[in-house]
Amino acid sequence: MAADIPEGKEALVKEARWSTLFGEAVLAEKPDELVVERSHLAEVAKRLRDDPDLGYDYCTNVTSVDYPDYFEVVYHLLSISKGKGLLTLKTRTPKDDPVVPSLTPIWPAANFQEREVWDMMGVRFEGHPNLRRILLWEGFAGHPLRKDWREPYYEEDHKPFGSRWPDGVYTPAETRTPWGRNVQYPPGWDPDEWEPPDLELPTVSAAELSDVTALKTDRILVNVGPQHPSTHGVFRMKVTLEGETVVALEPVMGYLHRCHEKIGERNLYIQNIPFTDRLDYITAMANNLGYVTTVEKLLGIQPPPRAEFLRVIMAEFTRVMNHLLAIGFLFNDLGLYFTAALYGIRERELILDLFEMASGSRMMCNYMRFGGVAHDLPEEGVQLARDLAFDRLPRVVEEFERYLNEIEIFTARTVGVGVLPPEQAIALGASGPVLRGSGVKYDIRKFQPYSIYEEFEFDIPTGTRGDVYDRYMVRIQEIWQSLRILKQALDRLPGGEIQAGKKAWQVKVPAGEVYGRVENPKGELGFFIVSDGSPNPYRYHIRSPSFVNLTALEPMAVGQKIADLVVILGSIDITLGEVDR
Amino acid sequence: MLGKGIVRGMLVTFKHFVETYLYRGSRTAKARGLFTVQYPEERLPLPERYRNLPFLLYDPETGEPRCVACGMCARVCPPQCIWIKRAKDEAGKPLRKPEEFVVDASVCMGCGFCAEFCPSDAIRMDKDYRVIAFDRRKDLVWPLERLLKPTTYYAAICPTMWAEEQAEKAAKAASKGGA
Repeated sequence: MAADIPEGKEALVKEARWSTLFGEAVLAEKPDELVVERSHLAEVAKRLRDDPDLGYDYCTNVTSVDYPDYFEVVYHLLSISKGKGLLTLKTRTPKDDPVVPSLTPIWPAANFQEREVWDMMGVRFEGHPNLRRILLWEGFAGHPLRKDWREPYYEEDHKPFGSRWPDGVYTPAETRTPWGRNVQYPPGWDPDEWEPPDLELPTVSAAELSDVTALKTDRILVNVGPQHPSTHGVFRMKVTLEGETVVALEPVMGYLHRCHEKIGERNLYIQNIPFTDRLDYITAMANNLGYVTTVEKLLGIQPPPRAEFLRVIMAEFTRVMNHLLAIGFLFNDLGLYFTAALYGIRERELILDLFEMASGSRMMCNYMRFGGVAHDLPEEGVQLARDLAFDRLPRVVEEFERYLNEIEIFTARTVGVGVLPPEQAIALGASGPVLRGSGVKYDIRKFQPYSIYEEFEFDIPTGTRGDVYDRYMVRIQEIWQSLRILKQALDRLPGGEIQAGKKAWQVKVPAGEVYGRVENPKGELGFFIVSDGSPNPYRYHIRSPSFVNLTALEPMAVGQKIADLVVILGSIDITLGEVDR
Repeated sequence: MLGKGIVRGMLVTFKHFVETYLYRGSRTAKARGLFTVQYPEERLPLPERYRNLPFLLYDPETGEPRCVACGMCARVCPPQCIWIKRAKDEAGKPLRKPEEFVVDASVCMGCGFCAEFCPSDAIRMDKDYRVIAFDRRKDLVWPLERLLKPTTYYAAICPTMWAEEQAEKAAKAASKGGA
C-alpha cells in the first residue's frame, strides 16, 4: 500500500471541466471546487471515489455553511493513492427542506462529521446509519450554528460589543438571562419523560442460545466513562460485550462542548487566536500555527523569515512534547503507572519553560499573529532550545527507546492489538500517527507544505502492521524527525523582523473561503473559514484530528478484549478539548 | 532471552532513581534525574514575559493613570471582560481619562491582547498568580482602584521590558525634538 503513494508534493487538481464529466449535475465549478445538485450528490461522490482517473479516496472534512438563501454542505476530498490535492465538493439545500443524501456509505470518514452537521446546522442526511446528535444532547432546542439561533447570554451578533465602551457599566452575563429561564427544550419534548437511548440492552437471540457447542455468555452493555481515568478526559465508550470480547462500540462525546465555533463567529479574526490555544490544550502552539496560516492564505501576507522559523521551532517542539506525553500516557493505560508519563512530563516542563519565555504562558501561549509572531525569542530562549534539541532530547528519547521498546509485557499487550488496515484507515479519514501507523505514507508537511517546511529535510515514518505498537513506534520516530527539523531550523535561524507590516488588531480579510490544514501532532487540523469581508468570520469551522480519528475506534476495537480497549483508545491519542470543541 | 527487555528497562529506571539524588535541585536542560519543585516552599522565578491578569499603570509622581479611555483594550478583548466609562467634563465633552474601568477577572482569559495593543502603554499584565476569592462578584470584579498600580511596581516585576519601554520613549522624544 505504502509503495503506491507518489512521493513529494501533491499534484494540483487538473480535472478542470467537471461539467463534461458530470453533465447537468454540476451547478458551478472551479478547478478545485465542484458544486452539485443535491439529488446527484451520491452518484457524483461515488464516481469521484471509484473512477480510476479520479480516485478521491479520502474525505477529510465535512461541514456546512448557513447562507441567507440556502444551506451549503461542504466536503473536502483528497486522493491519497493518486497524490491529488484538495477538492471541495459542495451541495446546496433549501432552508425549508434541509436534506441531502448521506455520503457515509461512500466515505465512512463522514460518519461523525455528518452527525455534527446535523447537530449544529440541522441538515438531515438521508441514508446515514445513525443520524443522532453527537455533541449536544437530545433535549437541546435548535441547531446552534444557524445564524438565527441565539445563545442564552446573547448580547450582539459581533464583537466588540457596544456596551463595553465608551459608556461601559459592568453587567454580569447572568443578569441578562437569569438562572432557570435560560433552558429551552425542543417542542413537545418533556425532560421528565425522556429516557436516554442507551438503556435498551442488546439481547441474545434464541438461535445463539440453542447452539450447544458455544460457550454461554451474556451480552452486556458497559459504559466506560465518562468519569474514567483511562478515557483521557470526559469521554464515554458505550461498549457491548460478549463475555470479554467487544462486539460493538459507540463513542459518546460532547461533555466538554464549549461552543467554540459559535464564539468564533462572534469574534474578530484576531480574537480567535487565544481560543485556538484551548482546542487541544497540549498543542497550543501548533493550533495557533494552523489558524494563522489559514487566515494568512485569505489575507495573502507572508511573515518574515525569522517569524517563520520561530513558528516551525515552536510547532516542532509541540510535536515532541505531545508525542512524549502520548507515549507516557499509553503506558499509563497499559498499567505501567506513571514512570513513563513522569519522564515525558519532565521533558515537557522544559519545553514549556521555553514557551513561557517566548510567549509568556506555558499552555495558553497565544503566540502567533497574522503575519508574524507576538514576541521575539530572547537569547536565553534560543540557548535553551539548542540545549534541548541538540543535547537533551536526543539523549532522553534514546533512553525512552531503551526503556520501553522491548519490554516483553508491552509487546505482548500491543503487537497485533487494535489493527487498522491501510485501506480502512484511509476510508475512515484517520490522520496523523494513526494513518501512518497503518503504513500510509502521508504527511501534510510533505505533500502540501505550509509555512517553510519545504526547506527542511525529514522523512515520514510509517508502520507495517497498523497495530498499537506501530502507532507507538511511529510516534517515537516522529520525535526523531522533529528533532532533525529543529536542528536544521535552529542552525539556520535568521535575524531580523518578526512581524510583516504593522501589527493590527483588526485585519481586513477579503471575502472568500479557505480550508487550511496543518499536520498537528495528533493528525490533520483543518480550519474552514468563510469571510464576507466584514471584521468577523462568517463561518469558522474546525476539523479536529482527535474527533475524526475516533471514527476509527470502533473498527479497531471490535473483536478485541475489553482490557485492550483502553490501550487502543490510548494509541489514538485524543484530547477531549479538541474532540468536543 | 525472555525478560531481557524488562531488565534493560529497569536499569533505566534505576539510573533515574540514582541520578535524582546525585543531581539535586537543578532544573535546566543539563539536569539529570527528576527535578520536582516543592511548591510552595520552593518557587520558580517567573520569566520576564509571564502574564496573568491585567492591571493599569499610574504615574507615582502625579498620581494620574496613564489610561486615556480610548477603549482599544475593551474592543480587542476576546471574552469582552473590560468595561470602560469615559469621563466627561461639565459640558458633557469627553475627557481623555476613564471614570470607571472594570475588569471581570473571572472572565479574563489572560491572553494579553489588551496590554499588547494599548496605544498609551497604560495596561500591563500582572504576575501575581495567587488570586483567591470567596465571592465572584465582590472579589473578582475589579474596579479602577483595584486595577491601578504605580509604574514603579511594573518596573520591579518586569525590569527588562520596562527599560526597553523607557529607551523607546526616549528615542521617540529625541527624534521629535530633533525634527
